[in-house]
Parts: sequence; C-alpha cells; structure tokens
Amino acid sequence: MLVEIKVPVLAESVPDATLLEWRKKAGEQVERGENLIDLETDKVTLEVVAPDSGVLVEIRKQTGETALSHDVLAVIDTAASAAPTSAPAAAASQTADAVAAAQAAAVRAGPAARKLMAEQGLAPSDVPSSREDGRITKGDVLAQAARPAAAPVAAAAAPVTAMPPALLDAGARPEERVAMTRLRKRTAERLLQAQQQAAMLTTFNEVNMQALMDLRGRYKDDFEKRHGVKLGFMSFFVKAAVEALKRFPVVNASVDGEDIIYHGYFDIGVAVGSERGLVVPVLRNAELMSFADIERQIAEFGKRARDGKLTLEELTGGTFTISNGGIFGSLVSTPIINPPQSAILGMHKIQERPIAERGQVVIRPMMYLALSYDHRIIDGREAVQCLDTMRQCLEDPGRLLLGV
Amino acid sequence: MEHYDIVVIGAGPGGYVAAIRAAQLGFRTACVEGWASPAGEAALGGTCLNVGCIPSKALLDSSHHFEHMAKHAKEHGIQVTGLGMDVPAMQKRKDKIVQTLTQGIAGLFKKNQVTWVKGTGRLAGGNEVAVMDAAGKETSRLSGTHLIIATGSVPMRIPCAEVDGKRIVDSTGALAFDAVPKTLGVIGGGVIGLELGSVWRRLGAKVTVFEAMPEFLSAVDRDVAKEAQKLFTRQGLDIRLGAKVLSAKAGKDGVALEVELAGKTETLAVERLIVAVGRAPRTEGLGAAEAGLELDNRGFIKVDASFRTNLPGVFAVGDVIGGPMLAHKASEEGVAVAEMIAGQKPEVDHGHIPWVIYTWPEIAWAGATEQALKATGRAYKVGKFPFLASGRARAMGETDGFVKVLSDAADDSLLGVHCLGPNASELIAEAVITMAFGGSAEDIARTVHAHPTLAESLHEAALGTDGRMIHL
Repeated sequence: MLVEIKVPVLAESVPDATLLEWRKKAGEQVERGENLIDLETDKVTLEVVAPDSGVLVEIRKQTGETALSHDVLAVIDTAASAAPTSAPAAAASQTADAVAAAQAAAVRAGPAARKLMAEQGLAPSDVPSSREDGRITKGDVLAQAARPAAAPVAAAAAPVTAMPPALLDAGARPEERVAMTRLRKRTAERLLQAQQQAAMLTTFNEVNMQALMDLRGRYKDDFEKRHGVKLGFMSFFVKAAVEALKRFPVVNASVDGEDIIYHGYFDIGVAVGSERGLVVPVLRNAELMSFADIERQIAEFGKRARDGKLTLEELTGGTFTISNGGIFGSLVSTPIINPPQSAILGMHKIQERPIAERGQVVIRPMMYLALSYDHRIIDGREAVQCLDTMRQCLEDPGRLLLGV
Repeated sequence: MEHYDIVVIGAGPGGYVAAIRAAQLGFRTACVEGWASPAGEAALGGTCLNVGCIPSKALLDSSHHFEHMAKHAKEHGIQVTGLGMDVPAMQKRKDKIVQTLTQGIAGLFKKNQVTWVKGTGRLAGGNEVAVMDAAGKETSRLSGTHLIIATGSVPMRIPCAEVDGKRIVDSTGALAFDAVPKTLGVIGGGVIGLELGSVWRRLGAKVTVFEAMPEFLSAVDRDVAKEAQKLFTRQGLDIRLGAKVLSAKAGKDGVALEVELAGKTETLAVERLIVAVGRAPRTEGLGAAEAGLELDNRGFIKVDASFRTNLPGVFAVGDVIGGPMLAHKASEEGVAVAEMIAGQKPEVDHGHIPWVIYTWPEIAWAGATEQALKATGRAYKVGKFPFLASGRARAMGETDGFVKVLSDAADDSLLGVHCLGPNASELIAEAVITMAFGGSAEDIARTVHAHPTLAESLHEAALGTDGRMIHL
C-alpha cells in the first residue's frame, strides 16, 4: 500500500514551512516512527516521522523547498522491502562487491575535502565532481556547500560544547555569507515591524532585590524538596507582572486596527535563548499558576527550547512578555514589544550598588527594570505606575500574598 | 586556581602540537610538562626531541658522514687521511640541536600564548590537574574545561637485563655514550635497536643484535626485510634472530650475557649493552587509578574513536593510547582533538601513517605489506624498481635497495608502498599523499616526476604494476 507523508497542520499564524535535510533517500527502508525530515517554520522546527514502515519510494519535495499544510512530501510503499531477501547467494556477493567498489569510489576525495564534507553534513554522492575522473576536490565541496539548497542551517557543525569561536589570524580578513534561517528572518521582520508601527518608548525603574533574595534564601531548600523544582526569581517577576497588569489592564491589552482589545487573562511570554535563536514560549493563565507551576513550566520550556521541541501552540499568543537580558550580563536595555502586545518588561543583572536607605549609604543588590510600551494606547502615567507596582511587589513580596 | 579552556598534560609531539592547535583555535590553553634536561633545565618536546627522534637522527647523520668518509670517499676520488672521530664533539653537536629545538617550542608557545606550567601533571579529580615537582610534591593546581593527556611512553624494562645507566642502558643512555664501545650488544632488533646499533657500528663498535622473534623486522614487507637484513649484515651488524637473552650481568669492564639460541645457551661478553625491547605507556604519576581513568590490560589509556577517555571532558592522544608509537601519529591526534573540541570534524587517517627506520639505506613504508594482502586474500598487483637502475642513485653511489608498489588488481587503488633505499623517509611522503587522496598506482605513473631524482624510482615502480616500466 502506498502511504503519503504530508506536512502536519501548521498553526494559523504560520504560513508555510521549509524542508531541512532529508534523512532518508528514495529507495531506502524506513521504520514506523523514524524521523524522515525536519521542517523549519517561523517559530519552531517540526519533525516529520514515517507513519508506517516500508520503502520510501518517492520524494516529492526536496531539501530547501517550501511546503504548506497537508502538502505531500513523500510516498512510502508499505508492501515493499528494500533488500531482496530471497536473492541467491552469488548475486548477493556480487552486490556486496559492487557496494564495496562504489564505496571505494565514493572516498575518492582528499583529506581536506573529506573533512569539509563531514562538517557540512554532505555525503560524497551529494557533491558533483568537477573532474573527469570523478574525484571530489575541496573546491567541489566548497561549491556544493555554497549552493543555497544544500546549505540548510542544520548542516552547521555543532561544537562539542559551547566554546569561544576561533580567533582569526591578525592578517586574515575572511567573510562568510550565510542565509538567514527562517526563524532569524521572521524575528527580523517582526522586530522591524514593531519599531515601525508602535509608538514605542521605555520607562525605567530599579528594584532592591534584598528582600526577594532573603526570602528565596530562606525557602529555596524547602521549596525544592516539596516541589521538585528550584525556586528562581522568574516566578516572582511573573507574579509581580500579573499583579501590576491586573491593576493596569491596558498594559495587558493589544491594538487591533482602531480597536483596543482588553484581555481578561494573563498569558505571559518568557523569552528563552536557544541555539536557533530567541524563542518566547507562553505561560497560559499565569494568574492561576502557583510559584512552583511557573518554575516548573519555565524549566520545561528551557529544556525543550534547547532540544528544538517547543510546539507552535506554546509559542503563539501571549498578552505580555518578560525578557531577561540579565542572564547575559546586561545592566540596562530597552526591549522591543512583541506585537500585537503593547508592552514588555526587561529584567537585568543584579548588581551590588550603593544606595541611600533611611539617610544611610548602604550596599544593596539592585536590578534595573525597563518597561517598553506602545504609547498609542498606554499613557505614560499608566506605564510608569504599572512598572512601579511591579517594583513594589518585588521589593516587598508580601504584597503578592495580600494583593496590596 | 587558574582555569583554562584546555589543559594539556605532556609536551611531547602529541601534547605540544595539541596545545598550539588549541591556542590557534582561540582556546585559553595551558600545557603541563616537567621534563628536565641532563643539565637540570626544564625542557619541552618530550621523548621525541630530548631523547628520541631528534638526537638519534643527529647521531645517525654524524656517524653516516664518518662512515662515508672512511669507506666511500675514495670511490668519489676524495683522499682522506688522518680520519678520526671526536665523540664528545659529536655529542655536543647533538645536545645543541636538541637545545635549539626544545627552546624553539618554548618560543612557539609564547607566540601562540600557550601557558607552559612546569611540573608533572596529575589528574586531581573532575577537571582539575595537580602540578607536581620532581620530588612528587604538589606545587600548584589548575583546571580545564577539557583535558588532553599526552604523557607518551617510556622504554620497556625486562627483568633479565636491568638498566644501570652505565654498562646496561636504554635508548636514552645509548644516545649519550662518551666513547665508542669496542663491543656492543643490543637486545631488540626493532627500529630503535637497529638505529642505535647502526650509529655505534659506523663509529667502530662490533655490534651484535639479539632479536627474540625468528623473523627480521616482522612488521615490515618481507621483500624489504630480507634485503635489509642482507645489507645490514654485509655492513657488519651481527643479527641473531630467535635469540633469547637469559641474563645480563654488568661487571667492571663489561656485561656478561647468557643467550639461548637454537636451543643452545651461549655466553658472550660485550663492553656495553642496549636494551631496546619496545616502549610502554607512561601513566605513572598521572593518578589514573585514583581518578578512575580506564586503562587496557597493557596499561594504555582506553579511548573511543574521538580520543575520549571514560572520564568526561578528558581526552588522550599519542603513545599513551597505543597504536603506532610514532611522533607524527601523536601530533595528528593532538591536532584532531583540539579541532574536535572546537566543533570541527577532522579525521586521523590511521590506515596511512608512514613508518620509517633511519638505518642506511633507510626503510620507509605506508599502507599494507604484501604478506598482509595475501593473508586477507585481496587480489593485488606488484611493481618493483631497484635503485641500481636509477640514474640519480647511481650518481650518488647509493644503489642499494628498491621501491615496491602494491595496488588493487581490480581498481588499481594504491594499497602499499615499501621502500628500502637512500632518503626513503622523504620518498614515502608522495605515496602517503596519493593514498590519502584515494589515488591509484596509475595516478603516480601519470604524474610527471623530475629527472634525475630518486622519486623517479617510485614512478617506475608504479608503472611496474601495469608491466610497463621504462628503465628496466
């Protein structure tokens, strides 16, 4: 039986997907559940698995092509089997010889070409030779790697561990042209759009983290023992943001044409860095979540962002976003709104600074807060007070308990 | 405690090359090495530069010049009278070469900003390395995101011939004789034994080599080994195969040897005895057991195909992981590990590592021997060209030996090249590069070779696999 392999249903906000590298060739045996190819969309990478075991008889869309929901990518014949099981022994040994000879021919490439192929994820069969004798030169591999269709983002060699990039020779001035990944392209578009369409500005405040740190220090062991997840600062910020958004609903609203849509729920996007770029998974109904729920969910998001396993649903929607530049060491910055949202909170690094407290200069762990907002619908007073409410809740976490 | 991206333990050809490559790739790199020269100065370069490849080649060249003057100058019309050998001067030259090169590595470290931490590196748990002084006391400690162990090897010892450093010496001692012994025994007819035996034979010692195996140079292509044995014997090297040394006792004037040969026990006396029976991995002082580092049953560090040990973030390269104990193999592995850590995908082509024995004529080979091809049943073609038929070799007066090329009978891919002859060590590079590119014998045959050169002999041997040699 022939089974079509189709593009899974993409979310409404995702127009199409780009095919990354096929992991199987036409004619190869595939097992049910085996990952055949990854599709890259604006937001996530999707795996397409074989719905049944069989032979991949036809590939209809090639690496680098674009596909829509329900498009047929390939066809599997579930009745066929890749290896002729009943072939006589002599024929089998002939085949083996031919295979060996083909393999021998396949390695007709020098050490530099072989290394480059390994790093680019290219098989010798992927690289057309420029020579009459079929030998693959380094130049052939470079040429193949430069062809757009054969240069998927996934081909870039992942370091053994994150390490500083190689220092360049002082004399060399190399350049490299790399096609933006879809994720990067989409990010670029959206950021530019936000800059152009919103009347964006940023208000700042600073928060004394002493009380929060004391509280966390006191309960972090108990918290972890009871909930099985570490107590971080993010849950406090999410809680403080929800509390402040409740008091200033317009900061949680969005613009739709000439209307303002007020959301009666608080879906908080939490920006997470991943190897493929920045992604913003969303905590749904954060107002209903406990501290432990929030911490657990964020830890889960982080893990799945690293594995590229976040789903489209988890990345879409959101009524407000929290971005933490502090983990990279940022002291102060102006985050950009994630449209159609109207505001975003920027957290920064905690730095011990001298401040005045009851007439005394004391050293306190301080963090700058930034709230970027769309001035079209949010007035300065609301933005400033909203941010100050967050500050108060963070400096005196008891307020979160009492809603004051 | 200072932290580095990469800490390399050992600064031999595996370690120092790994450290330099790592630094080139942008890693903050330290190399821990506690080698002390005979003068007590700290020195980089490990066995290779201090007591191995380099000093032995210095002595081989000096002794070769001497023998040439004594035996072959006349045929060139050169009259030599009053020829003499100043051994201390020869040793001084050798020491100077070693000193220059080891200091050169210190210069390379400086240039590449590799930190040389003086002392012996010891695994101290996790990613920490303790630095020990000569007395075994910890002087400092450093840590590395990645550790590369490149501690090399040491001469293997045998209980029947205990090295005392005077009468009975290992390879290190044999490089430092201050006079030519009248009689010299060598236990072990391998690379080291033949090279060191050759040095002192050329300078006048009567040298006897005791090899336990019944075959001469058993790893070498039989054609080459047989011809080499004939030539070395003609040169005066007394090679005893299947000879088992039962005991060696150092006395005041020499060493009394008891050797079992063909079922009979002989006693012999030699002035000095070299023990060159192979090398063992150097893991002493590394703290392998305490750190839980896995070794195999012969004491080599176990690594996977990416040179990872069983400890996370700890790699090992070179002699200490086994395989051919060759400086160039260690260096390639060191480069590969540094590049792997940087996310590159290098390969070390272990199938095409060149081997060289620096006797004269030299022996060099790469790829499979004819006996190995026979054993695997692979169909092959042979081409063999003697230097006797080479114009250049004739002009040089170096007509001993030949080049032998083995290629696949079906697809002509180059399978092995074996060379016994002048400058074989240099000639083999062409064969290795052809194999690295998956080339065929015909690829060599169709490549223009300069005339008159020794390399033409390889060209002719390649033509020979197709039965179309021009000059024979």
